[in-house]
Amino acid sequence: MPDPYQPPGTPRRPLRQTLGLLARFGVISVVLAGTAGGFAYAGGWLSPDRLTPARIVDALSQRGGDPTGYRRNHAKGICFTGAFEANGQGAHLSTARVFVAGPYPVIGRFATATGDPRSPDAVNRVRSLAIRIATPDGQEWRSGMNSSPVFAVATPQAFYEQAVATRIDPATGRPDPAALQRFAAAHPETAAFAQWARSAPWTASFADQTYNSLNAFRFVDLQGVRHAVRWSLLPTVPATPSTPEELARLGPDFLAQDLERRLAEGPLSWRLVVTLAAAGDPVDDPTRAWPADRQQIEVGTLVVQQAESEDGGPCRDLNFDPLVLPTGIEPSADPILLARSAAYANSFDRRAAEVGATPMPHAGDQP
Amino acid sequence: MSRSTEGFGALARVLHWLMAAMVLAMLFIGVGMVTTVSGRYEWLVGIHKPLGIAILLLVLLRLGNRLRQPAPALPADMPGWQKLAAKGSHILLYVLMAVMPLLGWAMLSAGGYPIVLYGPIHLPPIAPHDAPLYALLHGAHVVLAYLLFATFLAHLGAALVHALIRRDGVFASMAPWPQRQVVPAPITPVGTSRQARAR
Repeated sequence: MPDPYQPPGTPRRPLRQTLGLLARFGVISVVLAGTAGGFAYAGGWLSPDRLTPARIVDALSQRGGDPTGYRRNHAKGICFTGAFEANGQGAHLSTARVFVAGPYPVIGRFATATGDPRSPDAVNRVRSLAIRIATPDGQEWRSGMNSSPVFAVATPQAFYEQAVATRIDPATGRPDPAALQRFAAAHPETAAFAQWARSAPWTASFADQTYNSLNAFRFVDLQGVRHAVRWSLLPTVPATPSTPEELARLGPDFLAQDLERRLAEGPLSWRLVVTLAAAGDPVDDPTRAWPADRQQIEVGTLVVQQAESEDGGPCRDLNFDPLVLPTGIEPSADPILLARSAAYANSFDRRAAEVGATPMPHAGDQP
Repeated sequence: MSRSTEGFGALARVLHWLMAAMVLAMLFIGVGMVTTVSGRYEWLVGIHKPLGIAILLLVLLRLGNRLRQPAPALPADMPGWQKLAAKGSHILLYVLMAVMPLLGWAMLSAGGYPIVLYGPIHLPPIAPHDAPLYALLHGAHVVLAYLLFATFLAHLGAALVHALIRRDGVFASMAPWPQRQVVPAPITPVGTSRQARAR
């Protein structure tokens, strides 16, 4: 049997040949190691300090309670169904089908910004509303909006540090106050959010809240012109100011109870208002509000018709990824917006696996 | 033993090298996009979906071409286990190249995501919206991606051993450049490979 590693040619100089063979094996090793190393680099194994979606979601998962099977942020929520009724005004700004006058079905979710799916409503400052609007062209618009006028941080790194700072100390069952102070001191960009959190009135309802996109997006019109925008859902019922102490007396789940009580009497609606940026307005920093005098255009009404518990409700297995956008709406370069998509996907991957493995009731919305 | 008069046809070679680049790019994009929160995330996901569907279409074309024109025989002096490994790894590569895009497509369907390829171009769901099913398909997509990368590395290593160590014409039969001697007729490789299989 011939030696398979014997190169062709007369073996005049065995040493030189051996060296040549070794060199060729060396080339092969370098190519293979380089490819494997590049793959490892792409996957982050060589850079343990890289901020990954998994690290952010890990940090979000340690803020109290057991989030298994639930969203790792805005963990406590309630599903709803309804419609978005476009008035046609948005069609001047964007080619998205959703702005052509008419009603479009909506699946949505109200929630509180907490890591604990059983946390009492009175302790959670930020409330949120997420929607998925489906249009007849097969496209979707998903949006998650918060009740704060601005976001607390401007970068994924700062968001991660905030999540770490709000981690529950097992000894006290609360976040470490010193860690929170250190975080606030190191992040002056949180000032506008903190000012809102201190001064805005608390209320007993999801229904009387304004919900803001926070991040900027770009609407693309028929001429291909891009308009930097943010949007807000403005309530149509008056707010009744309260205090956290009064709210605590309403029980842990007063928000869902209030929503169901109001919907039993009739639908709730919000006006969807688009705000256009002026030149120089920050479009990649959600901690900075735009001046109040910016042009606003009302493009339609969100009508919330029916609420359903999240367990088995139609919103549970939806990821309200803010980058699921129809043609005619594009993301801005806001790093928070782009990181939200990556982190939401990781959170969705986890709870989808947990939902099947935990004994939670789930009828799902399988066709 | 030289196989300089045998080799894969031009279409097979074009498909092979084009898809090699696409599959390798997909593996790097896939492992990179799920571990970043940077602005590249959206860009990488935007490439991953249409590129995956392009690979699915091309692998179907390639399978058809491969059935029409089977591979040339391996050198007779190759040990039996190596021939078996070569055949097995090629079947695995074909299966994974077809299954990975289908799993990705089905996974997005089960997750209730719209399957957007580019702008308004999107695909219909091929699985029911179901979270446990999504978890299963997602897990399979991840595990098989690592298996595909491992198989790719083995394939690359074996190709380089053929090219640099054995110098037996196996690499030349799929090389991106034409062989020195013109392939006389497609009948030759077909006949040879049938004989090889009969042995």
